[in-house]
This record gives sequence, structure tokens and C-alpha cells, in this order.
Amino acid sequence: MEFNRKHLLGLEGFSREEIIHILDTANSFKEVLSRPIPKVPTLRGKTIVNLFFEASTRTRISFELAQKRLSADTVNFATSTSSVKKGETLRDTARNIEAMKIDMVVIRHGAAGAPLFLTQCVDASIINAGDGQHEHPTQGLLDLMTLRDKFGDLQGKKVVIVGDIAHSRVARSNIYGLQALGAQVGLCGPSTFMPYQAEHWGTEIFHSIEEAIEWSDVLNVLRIQLERQEKGLFPSTREYRRFFGVTRERLEHAKRDITILHPGPINRGVEIESELADSEFSLILDQVTNGVAVRMAALYLFSGLNKETTDA
Amino acid sequence: MAAKLSTTKLERVLFTGGQVVDPEHLTQKKSDVLVEKGRIVDVGQFDGGEFDGERIDINGKIVCPGLIDMHVHLREPGREDEETVESGAAAAMSGGFTSICPMPNTEPAADTAEVIEFLKNRARDLLVDVFPIGAVTKGRKGEELAEIGALVAAGAVAFSDDGDPVSTAGLMRRALEYSNMFDVPIIEHCEDKSLSENGVMNESAVSTRLGLPGIPGISEDVIVARDVEIAQFTGGKLHIAHISTANSVDLVRQAKKRGIKVTCEVMPHHFALTDESIAGYDPNLKMNPPLRTQADVDAMLSGLKDGTIDVIATDHAPHSIEEKETEFGVAPFGIVGLETALGLVMKYLVQAKVLTLPQAVAKMTKAPADILRLERGSLSKGAPASLTVFDPGVSWTVDKAAFKSKSRNTPFEGWELVGQVFGLFNKGLWWQPGQ
Repeated sequence: MEFNRKHLLGLEGFSREEIIHILDTANSFKEVLSRPIPKVPTLRGKTIVNLFFEASTRTRISFELAQKRLSADTVNFATSTSSVKKGETLRDTARNIEAMKIDMVVIRHGAAGAPLFLTQCVDASIINAGDGQHEHPTQGLLDLMTLRDKFGDLQGKKVVIVGDIAHSRVARSNIYGLQALGAQVGLCGPSTFMPYQAEHWGTEIFHSIEEAIEWSDVLNVLRIQLERQEKGLFPSTREYRRFFGVTRERLEHAKRDITILHPGPINRGVEIESELADSEFSLILDQVTNGVAVRMAALYLFSGLNKETTDA
Repeated sequence: MAAKLSTTKLERVLFTGGQVVDPEHLTQKKSDVLVEKGRIVDVGQFDGGEFDGERIDINGKIVCPGLIDMHVHLREPGREDEETVESGAAAAMSGGFTSICPMPNTEPAADTAEVIEFLKNRARDLLVDVFPIGAVTKGRKGEELAEIGALVAAGAVAFSDDGDPVSTAGLMRRALEYSNMFDVPIIEHCEDKSLSENGVMNESAVSTRLGLPGIPGISEDVIVARDVEIAQFTGGKLHIAHISTANSVDLVRQAKKRGIKVTCEVMPHHFALTDESIAGYDPNLKMNPPLRTQADVDAMLSGLKDGTIDVIATDHAPHSIEEKETEFGVAPFGIVGLETALGLVMKYLVQAKVLTLPQAVAKMTKAPADILRLERGSLSKGAPASLTVFDPGVSWTVDKAAFKSKSRNTPFEGWELVGQVFGLFNKGLWWQPGQ
């Protein structure tokens, strides 16, 4: 198919065909990863900068690995600045990127909309690696890829995202991606974790983990940020675990098999029972492997290279 | 660099052929206006005989009392890179205003007579009248009352901790009791910070989609509700700044029915825009209170129509390009408004038939003058001749590069608006755009 997008800012607005194209491309790169020498020359000569304005380990490593597997030249820029200075830094950094003739930028930033802002400052392709509470599209894609590996078509599958939906960019990217592929999405968590007017997304909303499990085929369990307790959004981890913790006992009561995803890092024993995270229910490690493949696909498709070859 | 606009001193002037809009009587009719020594001599038909003063032909134009913006930020003292009294006054003139009331959230705050006198002095030679608003509390810290009496004596016309609400109900009680001795209003920025927290836009389906922290409408409503009760209890004069929610309009409507001395103002952006416009994260759409929903816009229009909303002001809030051209969440709140207000009012209220022209003019002249007890907003014999002349039929396109303000943070760039300023008369001075 023709793939004309220049930037990956979010999954909102992506069609089923576009997402499937990215996931199919990711599958072919996944095959590369299983070779004895897991490296291809696809992005040789392309320069990519990884701009991380927020602490990140797994996403950054996953992107770096994807870039290395594609033979791109990469530069890493990690900083964590005070919120007041953030704006100036981003704009100045953008100017530097422009001057250094960089082809792609992978950006993680604490402010929603920062990747979009960057598209207005530079010519490079922008890949969003997480912006504030807005979107984390490659996480959404790797979750979709993992579920497709297991189920094939996601049409009609029921996926419940459990946890702090209001503050989660993973939740937003999952909602858009899952809905584009025809899945039904539910949200589960205390009402203080639900964004205002979440029903506008056309999602089911559960305040009982038992009801959510009863309804779902998949639980995508989000990490509980312990600092939300200080902000008064939930009383204690004990209370959270009691009403929303995902446990083997709860899953065994379910009428059907339940698949567990978790974007990591896991608070073992808080949002999910420790043993369950490593159990047959869990696809958590598949998510990590797929993360590299999906990011390779994203880097390739949004590099414009795909288009150049089509044109030629 | 904005400079003082040049004006012409005129002792005797006859404005001929204009449509006189009188906000006191809510009338509009073709008349001449005779001005002498800075005061209105008469409004009526003068024959074409001998006249030894200046004749200004304003045939087809509207002439009304000089527009008053009772809510601006001039940034002086402290942030003269963003605006000064002089550049702010130039922006006011360009937008058709002859009087502006700067808010006290400067550095230092306008919390002493000296700062008020400084502002009055800076405006002395300008065409525009500057009527400063003093801080309610020392340093705007929300702790101790400022010397309200001394500030009134120096020329402060109202009091506000704008940018923040008066911090507690107890302090608001004292502020309304104390200010009432001097018959000056407290202008309240209604925002419960424990509800708005780190929000950057209206809390709505849009903020949920964009992943931006929300400022719920109730953060405004609970303070409006609190303060109208305190106003009733104390008998003090309360003015609600920049009202933005349907519920707050309704609270003010009910309070007025109960006879409480409360008035309120709305900004053009709160009736011309909704939060849907933020989809592209443009920081020039970030202000506090934030853009709300269509239902709120509808409530603004009905509040204007039924008189619940007394005043149209701008909350002109200049910010430097460096601070504003950044990620939405990081940018400061506020947009400039002086140079687009009249055009937005003409297009979205008068042309849209929400208000008649005399009603719209009244909300920008007589109403703020009455609230602040300014000798303005009138065309009566002997009243100070403060006049705005504009052409109601001319469309024009907003070009921020042409702004007289030092700042350019407007969401209305490229918009086609209606109503072009033809000239201003104030303090015996005549000015026309391009002069």
C-alpha cells in the first residue's frame, strides 16, 4: 500500500489499513531479529537522533536497538530539565537538529503536543516516543502486534485497560489502535483514574475488576504511579490491590481464558500479582521482543525510504 | 519598538454627520457633536454656518463615548519587554479604546500608592486614560490587605489580586467590607486552585483526547458561588472578572435577582472560540480561564443579551514570543486583546444580532464607567469629551505584525473582522490610525 505519513505522532486518526501495514512490516522485521546476524542495511546513511527529555530505560533501549538493527547512525540526547526551561530547550534543540541535517527524531517529552511542536520547527520526520499524557504510539503498536500474534484478527475482541487511564499515554494509543482494528475497549479503575468524559471514546467503563474480567478477553494492566497517592487520587496500594489488583484467583473465576499485557515497568504485587506476571496468562516478554520489531517498522516506514523506493 | 502615537491638540471641534450612539439612552441617530476645551458642549444638528474651530467629517461613521477596557495587563513595571504603559496605550488606541484599567500583577505589584502614581504619571501625556487597579493584598500574597484607602487616594479605581483569587473566604469578607468604605469594587479572578491544579485547558472531552491536564469549570463556579454569598453578607461591591462558564453566568444571574451587588465581564475570546480549537496545541489558545465548550459560549451570548453580563473587557495579556512559542503545557496563560476586541464584538455580537450596537457600546463604555465610578461613558452636556469614532461597515484582516502592542500572542491572526477605528478624541487630543 502507499504509505504517505511523514510523522508518527499518535495513533488517533490512523486507519485499519495503515495500522495493519505497519504491523505486517513489523512482522517481516521480526524475522530479521531471529537471524544469526540480526541486522539489515535498510537505514544505512540515515541519521536519527533520540531526544529524551524524560527518564526512560526500556523505550529508549528498544528504539536504539531497532536503529542499530537497521544500520542507522544514531545520536542520543537525554536531558531532564526543569519545566520552565523545557520550552526553550526544545526549540533551541530543534534549531540544532535542523543545522545538523538529521533525518529523523525520536522524541520523549513530558509535555503533550511536544512532538507536534517539533514538526513545526524542523523538516525531519518525528517519531513520538511518549508525550505527556497524550500518546505513546509505538507502545500501542507493539501491544497490537502482540495481540495479533495471539489472536490473529482482533475484530470483536474485548480488551480492558486497567489502571490510571487519565494520566496514561499508553491507554490513549491503545484505545485508538484497538478501535481501528475493530476491537472493543473497556477501561477499568477507580473513578478518580478516569478522564473527564471518557465515554466520548465509546469505551465500556468498569469500576469493578471482577466485572471487567467477566467481560474481557485481554487485560492490559497499567503501572500504578505511586505518587498519585500523594495527590489524593487513591487512598493506598492496599486499597487499590483489594479492588483493582489483577490476581490469579480473580482470573481463574473467569469464564474464558484471559491474556495479560503490561507495558512495564511492573509494580509487582500492586497492580498485578507477582507470580501472575510470569505465568502462562502473561505476554509481557513477547511485548518486549515485538517492541523492537515494531520500532524498526516505524523507523523504516516514516523515514520516507519506503516512498522513495516506490517512486523510483 | 512601539513609540508614542502622535496626536493633534484641538480646542474646538465639530464632528459632523456621524451616527451618534448614546449608551445612556441606548439610542443611535445622526447628529453632530460639538466639543470645546475637552468637554462636550452639545449633541444635535448644527447648521452649516460659520465655525471657528476644526470640523471633522464623520459621515457614515459611528461616534460613541470612548471605549473603556477595564481589564488589561500592561506589564510595567517589571516586564517592559512585553508591554509598557506607552505601548499598551498605543495598542488601546489602535483598538479604539480611550481608557484602560491595568491589573496590579506587575513586578513590583501595584500594592502601594507609589506604584499607582507611577502608572498615572507614565500616562499623563498620552491620549489614553489609565485608571489603575490596585492589589487587594500586599504583594498579591493573599495574606494582609493592601493600603486600599491610600491607593484610592492615589487613583486606584478598583482592587484585584487578578491572576489569583482572593485566597480565602475570610480574606474576601474583609476585603469587601473594607473596600466598601471607599465605594470601590473588588474584582475577582474566580479560580479554586485546588480544583484547577496544574491544568492548562478546559477539562473536557477535548482535554481528555489531547492528554492535557484540565481546568474544570467548577474551579470557577465554586469561587463565584462563595463570593456572591460574601458580597451579600458584607454589602460590598463584587465584580467577577473574565466569566467563562455557563454555571457561573447562572450564579451571577441568580445573585442579581437576589439584589446582591455583583457585576461581571466577559472577554471576546470566551464568546468567539471554544476549546475544540486547541487541537493543534497552539499556545496562543492558552489563557486562564481557558476556552470552554460551545454550551458555555452559548451561555455567554445569552448572558450578554439578558444583561447578566454587564461588561466586555479583553484581559489583554502580552507575552514574549520566546515564552509563548513553545509546548502548550509550558507556555504562560494569556493573549493580547486590545486590537481585536472591537472587531470581534462587531462581528460576533452586533452582526450576529446578539446585541444591538448601542447595547454593545454600553458594555464597553457606560457599564464599566458605572462600575468603576469613572466620569466616562456619557455624551451629556459638560461630560469629558472622550470619543471613539469607527466605521461599522469595513471588514479588515487581523495582521499581528501591524499590532501596536509589543506582543503578538493572538489566536486571531488572519481572521476577518468588522468595524474599523476611524479616530479617537480624548484629553483634547485627536488621533487617527496611520497618524
